Amino acid sequence: MTDIAATPAKSGIRISGAFHRLLAFSGLIALVVVFSLASPNFMQTQNVLAILQATSVNGVLAIAATLVIITGGIDLSVGTLMTFCAVITGVVLTYFGLPLPLGIVASILAGTGVGLVSGTIIAKLKVPPFIATLGMMLILKGLSLVISGTKPIYFNDTPGFTQIAQGSFVGAIIPAIPVPNGVMILFLVAGLAAFVLTKTALGRYTFALGSNEEAVRLSGVNIDRWKIAVYATAGGICGVAGLLIASRLNSAQPALGQGYELDAIAAVVIGGTSLSGGRGTVIGTLIGALIISVLANGLRILSVPQEWQTVVTGTIIILAVYADILRRRNL
Amino acid sequence: MFNRRTLIGAISALALLSASAPAFAQDNYDIALISKGFQHQFWQAVKAGADKAAAEFGATVTFEGPETESQVDRQMDMLAAALSRKPDAIGFAALDSQAATPLLQQAKDAAIPVIAFDSGVDSDIPLTTATTDNVAAAALAADKMAELIGGEGKVAVVAHDQTSRTGIDRVDGFVNRIKEAYPKIEVVSVQYGGGDQLQSTEIAKSILLANPDLKGIFGANEGSAIGVVNGKTELNSTIVVIGFDSGAAQKGFIESGAMAGAITQNPVGIGYETVKAAISALKGETLPPIIDTGFYYYDKATMGNPEIAAVLYD
Repeated sequence: MTDIAATPAKSGIRISGAFHRLLAFSGLIALVVVFSLASPNFMQTQNVLAILQATSVNGVLAIAATLVIITGGIDLSVGTLMTFCAVITGVVLTYFGLPLPLGIVASILAGTGVGLVSGTIIAKLKVPPFIATLGMMLILKGLSLVISGTKPIYFNDTPGFTQIAQGSFVGAIIPAIPVPNGVMILFLVAGLAAFVLTKTALGRYTFALGSNEEAVRLSGVNIDRWKIAVYATAGGICGVAGLLIASRLNSAQPALGQGYELDAIAAVVIGGTSLSGGRGTVIGTLIGALIISVLANGLRILSVPQEWQTVVTGTIIILAVYADILRRRNL
Repeated sequence: MFNRRTLIGAISALALLSASAPAFAQDNYDIALISKGFQHQFWQAVKAGADKAAAEFGATVTFEGPETESQVDRQMDMLAAALSRKPDAIGFAALDSQAATPLLQQAKDAAIPVIAFDSGVDSDIPLTTATTDNVAAAALAADKMAELIGGEGKVAVVAHDQTSRTGIDRVDGFVNRIKEAYPKIEVVSVQYGGGDQLQSTEIAKSILLANPDLKGIFGANEGSAIGVVNGKTELNSTIVVIGFDSGAAQKGFIESGAMAGAITQNPVGIGYETVKAAISALKGETLPPIIDTGFYYYDKATMGNPEIAAVLYD
């Protein structure tokens, strides 16, 4: 975090990112190979699609968390913000009976709006991100229950809503591989987020805030504005996750969401993004999220007792981060 | 670095393979049960019943459920993975009555019989549902509460959640029975603690502090009921507590008198009947639309009765 450390880190970003990506990717391949050998049911089209479908929500949330974590912050509210956005969509579509596109816009706007508020609390009021987003996590959890009247809101009156995540645009063209739309949306969000991070001013400031916030401030940049923009972008992405989960369940489930932030953060960390900020990639996070779902699915296919599934998952998280530490020592 | 990496890979691969070894020892029918929970003692008792039936009828049973009863999407992932495994039959306790419809259709298309347990689904795909009548069970708790507090006064409910079928049915069953049958009893508060013991403790304490003349509290599931007794003990209150389900803690409270009694479902029976129904279905036998697994009220005096002791779990 000092000036001296910032200079070499800058030139190292690309190389170290590529290395870690390779490592996480080979871990993913290793898991896929092991499970394929262990069970003939693993590498079936239907199961691969189930894995991708299971990755879609956590993947999108993890991408939102990646942006924030690269700035050196943390967002504990991604899970309940997703739920909040789903509930808002439910209100717009089911309670107000408005057309589907308005529901989609409402979800993303709600997410962006909440992100703006969180970002403002963090940047202007100087509340640490951990505390600000912890508070926001609880506020949103409560508001989701209040707004929904503590009941799930179903989308039975909006035909086509389930198509957002469950339909398959790809399957309409290539019937053999009906990749669910939810998965394509995950890839789309990943592509956009990667573009923003690597090609835009917002991306450059995201990394700069995480590497050396003070230096950025001293160079005359309005860091508050960029920080708020990052949280708002992450919030908008959570709005997409809200649409995905609501479409998948054909309902906004107001009690769901808490705990999902930890899976998102796990995916980010496995994917090689540093919790201390300044370093990370979207593709890494995507691979991290895939590792989590491949592990969960594969262990289930092999009928591994559930209590052992969690032990293995925890072990893999520690191994992934340890491997990252070994690699950095060797550089 | 490459050596280290290969080593780590090899170790994790070995760990995975050894952990999965039991999967190869399958015989006869492979039945996947997707439950609403896992760690909770109630679900472990359901699992015990399922294992018992599996041993009796020669089947292999797996049992899985999400960490909390709100994680509907996680349950969908579990169901999807179970389908990929191509089991002979599936037992399913739905967290949401509609969300699983596409996956259940997949099961039907693959000719995998589905047996619902604990909670029904809005679908005609499950061949039967093995469950407790929660409304009637909670109404019985209301009758016992009325009897114990002398038919008048204020009571409250601490329940687990507002969205699940059991949460809704038990609160409605209790509250409606009081309203209909006991005009002199008032339900002053219904609060939700997520089935978490500590949270339910705090809720019970705040209800007691707000209503010093309260006569009794109904705890609508195991965690809620334990929380209510903890709250009562911390405030040295003498209110009547009626719980739900069993478990070592609740049984201990009933022994000591801190809890007047509790409603017990028959979780072992739910698991047993689910697996038994699955096997009947695989043999082509017809099943009734509902398998009522029953419930009882038990207190210190009746706890030891054989028909009750058999359905209580630790």
